[in-house]
Amino acid sequence: MSGIIGKKVGMTSFYGADGQNVACTLIEAGPCVVTQVKNVETDGYNAIQLSFDERKLKNTPKALQGHFNKANTTPKKKVVEFRDFRQEYEGAVKTGDTILAGEVFVEGDFIDAIGTSKGKGFQGVVKRHNFSGVGEATHGQHNRLRAPGSIGACSFPSRVFKGMRMAGRTGGRRVKLVNLRILKIVPEKNLILVSGSVPGANNSYVILEK
Amino acid sequence: MNNLIKEFEQELLSGKSKFPDFVAGDTINVAVKIKEGNKERIQNFQGTVIQRRHVGTAGETFTVRKISNSVGVERIFPILSPNIDSITIIRRGKVRRARLYYLRGRQGKAARIKEKLR
Repeated sequence: MSGIIGKKVGMTSFYGADGQNVACTLIEAGPCVVTQVKNVETDGYNAIQLSFDERKLKNTPKALQGHFNKANTTPKKKVVEFRDFRQEYEGAVKTGDTILAGEVFVEGDFIDAIGTSKGKGFQGVVKRHNFSGVGEATHGQHNRLRAPGSIGACSFPSRVFKGMRMAGRTGGRRVKLVNLRILKIVPEKNLILVSGSVPGANNSYVILEK
Repeated sequence: MNNLIKEFEQELLSGKSKFPDFVAGDTINVAVKIKEGNKERIQNFQGTVIQRRHVGTAGETFTVRKISNSVGVERIFPILSPNIDSITIIRRGKVRRARLYYLRGRQGKAARIKEKLR
């Protein structure tokens, strides 16, 4: 799967050819440096490891410094492995190469975006699992408008089943959004404009895959 | 707002510099492209600009008000919409606010706007 690492810049709007206004997200994607190439002989599978975003030398562990030195590049913040990058890249790409957004994607492509969603703290079932709540405010109801309701039967099974959806920590998970259309690519600024929203806060990392 | 977004939006907006600079109070004519089947024609909408919102961003819109068959009609146009063919200024108005919502409550002579001469 070919892809690139990016940083969410923020959202804006864009007008398609037939005049409709599309909400879209601007992503600063690449340039990424290839820091390792894995192949079937040595690693058991084909993959390419990409690194993105400058990192201060003093904040980089010695082990990683050595890893980046091998690829002849400066330390980077985000390192991601892409398995089976793309047929034409097999063998053609080596460590230290730079990969740009324009080389991997073209306008009109459908891509997947992976990011860490915004943390929302401890939330009830209405926000966390889209429960509808009690539904009525009258007929004797009070103080339970957003309550989960029953969580199971009584003496049989006399326990709560595993995986019962309840309140708890929400957000802050790895989320993948599929089939986002690339509306525009600005190669000179490494920007990709993608339709719809992308998980995570502004300035957080997103992995774009095709 | 992030600078990269600002720059990106400025680039989108720079293509719209062909439109004349109009403000609230001006009377303008907006030529709108309308698609009927696979034919395209141009329809004109002439009226007073009563506001411009979100100026300087890609989401900028402006509202044009006119009286049609003694019924007030307002149309909101996104400035970046590819359906706007052209904008021409008919008359410059002299007003003291940026949002002319007070025109909605007025009719006839009371809804006149002084012309700005220069």
